[in-house]
Amino acid sequence: MNHHPLISELKNILPAESVLHDTEDVRPFECDGLSVYRQLPMVVVLPETVEEVQRIVRLCHEHKVPVVARGAGTGLSGGALPLEDGVLLSLAKFKRIIDIDVENAMATVQPGVRNLAISEAAARYGLYYAPDPSSQIACTIGGNVAENSGGVHCLKYGLTVHNILMLKVVTMEGELLTIGSQTLDTPGYDLLALMTGSEGMLGIIVEVTVKLLPRPERAQVVLAAFDDVARAGEAVGEIIAAGIIPAGLEMMDRLAIRAAEDFVHAGYPIDAEAILLCELDGTHAEVSEYIMAVRKILTDSGATEVRTAADETERQLFWKGRKSAFPAVGRISPDYYCMDGTIPRRQLPRVLQQINSWSAEYKLPVANVFHAGDGNLHPLILFDANKQGELERTEEFGSRILELCVEVGGSITGEHGVGMEKIGQMCTQFGSTELHQFHAIKAAFDPAGLLNPGKAVPTLHRCAEFGAMHIHHGKLPHADLERF
Amino acid sequence: MNDLSMSLQQQVMQAIGNKTPLCITAGGSKAFLGQETEGMAIDVNAHRGIIEYDPRELVLTARSGTPLEDIENALAASGQMLAFEPPHFGSTATLGGTIACGLSGPRRPYSGSARDFVLGCKMLNGRGEIASFGGQVMKNVAGYDVSRLLAGSRGTLGILLEISLKVLPKPAASVTISRECSQTDAITAMSELLSRPYPVDAACYDGERVHLRISGSEQAVSETRKKIPGETLPDADAFWQGLREHELPFFHRPGTLYRIAVKPSTRPLHLNGQWILDWGGAQRWLYSDEDLQTIRHQVGLSGGHVAVFRGGKNETPLPAPLLALHQRLKTSFDPGNIFNRGHLYTTL
Repeated sequence: MNHHPLISELKNILPAESVLHDTEDVRPFECDGLSVYRQLPMVVVLPETVEEVQRIVRLCHEHKVPVVARGAGTGLSGGALPLEDGVLLSLAKFKRIIDIDVENAMATVQPGVRNLAISEAAARYGLYYAPDPSSQIACTIGGNVAENSGGVHCLKYGLTVHNILMLKVVTMEGELLTIGSQTLDTPGYDLLALMTGSEGMLGIIVEVTVKLLPRPERAQVVLAAFDDVARAGEAVGEIIAAGIIPAGLEMMDRLAIRAAEDFVHAGYPIDAEAILLCELDGTHAEVSEYIMAVRKILTDSGATEVRTAADETERQLFWKGRKSAFPAVGRISPDYYCMDGTIPRRQLPRVLQQINSWSAEYKLPVANVFHAGDGNLHPLILFDANKQGELERTEEFGSRILELCVEVGGSITGEHGVGMEKIGQMCTQFGSTELHQFHAIKAAFDPAGLLNPGKAVPTLHRCAEFGAMHIHHGKLPHADLERF
Repeated sequence: MNDLSMSLQQQVMQAIGNKTPLCITAGGSKAFLGQETEGMAIDVNAHRGIIEYDPRELVLTARSGTPLEDIENALAASGQMLAFEPPHFGSTATLGGTIACGLSGPRRPYSGSARDFVLGCKMLNGRGEIASFGGQVMKNVAGYDVSRLLAGSRGTLGILLEISLKVLPKPAASVTISRECSQTDAITAMSELLSRPYPVDAACYDGERVHLRISGSEQAVSETRKKIPGETLPDADAFWQGLREHELPFFHRPGTLYRIAVKPSTRPLHLNGQWILDWGGAQRWLYSDEDLQTIRHQVGLSGGHVAVFRGGKNETPLPAPLLALHQRLKTSFDPGNIFNRGHLYTTL
């Protein structure tokens, strides 16, 4: 078999076990969390040091070979999908927590450190890292930065971009740049904002300094049932209008409630049309004060039932139901297709009504889970790929939902990223002026266009391509992970 | 309400055609910042008006020339605020200038910076095109985060036309606890609070006393008040306002005012002069007769950076590869180098 000359050169600069190119060795890297897209890479490299990363990209640059960086591979938009003629650069060996600076409430870690591992290491100091994507036990901080990951606590604590201070980044030319700083701002342009969520298109993240927050004294959750989805949406607005910013504010509709209840027995009211989960955190007395206020608002908004978790076990159980909603839906349908649109919250009744009417039109049921606080909607379209034409109908339905999100003033993706999956819908969201600007930014960082090419930003003539998150027979990669 | 987008676009097209550099101006309240820049003035001041504000969405969208005061008044009427407490530095401050300069007030370390609250923007680039980035929603990861990049870019990448911001409810209650101490003790105290679950939302050492502001629900404030030693500062709002707007007596002195950004726990720096420590110690204001090289060296030793803020001009150096990247980025937005040439860096 003829290997690309790059492979032997990579073997000269890396230990033999860090360069994989036999089919069986590279197979585990063929997809990320969006397994409908699969592609074997030409070669996988597993560097251990920043210098090795620099040498790898310099070689690739010389050979004009594209590079795709990969963390834990839990992404849901195909952002880490390998290229057939490309190098897959895994940062799995960058697993060291370099420093926890308690005095300044920050931690410096390598990109392959798991999200949850940061909070675990900081826990002894009463600190934690706030963004909590549902895959946090497996996903890495480098991937979180690349995707600007969210979680259920975004409304109060922000996204990844709000919780990081500094990055070390290797450019495609092999230059090591420090972006941001350990201070609260940095001279020049805010490259930290630009780099966060750039989906591996601008540089390879080799070190991350995150902000840590003090663990709140207390967290408590209130569950409210409604016999009307619009009324539940209205209650969310009432809570915000009362000047309360909940730590988490989640909504599920009837189908999602039933699926979750059957799966984890969270004690959800299965006859409700919608439930809200409202988490409040802060000082002891503050949480008590807010719970009283929120209970009253929910009751006044027409909740048919309002329950406060009796203890920490029940609080965890309420959340478990929500966090298991995706796999729970996977149990009741051969396949499902997950959307990630965001909308201004006031548009919720209109959007849900439209989704329901399309659901009837396409004869495809939809379960809705919703980060209600920040308007991030996850409709799950249930279908069976073995039925002729059903996948195509599902994809069409999904596209219409995302187009509707844009039409009402929202976005095609709130937290899963564009990757390969939504490359087509990017053309709905943006015009050619914006897309041209994105390409110009990409060229400023990576003039040769070798970092993760073909993802995140469509070329103008590719604007018709579409993709989808397609889960076959409930088999989600990393199926044991909780997902939002 | 005045939408001047078309007229501004025409002026930019003309400038591109004539290769005339443009200086973007609005209220002029922050004109003292940055390097001298030559060019024809393009005035955004009359491009004003709040386009959309729905308190329940926690989002406000306004044209860039809208007076900051108008925005804060509209928010206050619904019990909300700009949580980054932007300094106005004069009654003519506009939203566009506030975001383009990217300055934040005392609450910044605890709530986030100006750029943290930017959700989206409409801009006029150096090709004379109007482009929209981000949006009016809290979560949006479609495309590069251009709207946050524009925050603090001082108009060098284009003209901001509209900005959408996340806004927050005003805290129901607030109290400031104050006690006399040394700078060293104040730094330790402010830094320790970073790992305590207290609703502190501002911390300052004024040279004699440390001031800690606690804000939140009535219960949270009264509960926390008992845990922090010190006296209640009377007229606390005036103090924080004076700090935010540089109106405290400290700022009424001649000479060069330096802004120093360091890690909050950084020990007192060995530099002669008068100090105020804001942002819990992370932002330090210094009037000093020491020369800039000495100050820069001292600050650099602690991993921080310094800028001449008032009473002088000098740019904060960037490492060469980063400066080159800045130049390429600038070109990607403004290929003819029309906007605010040399304002952020003389070579930009």
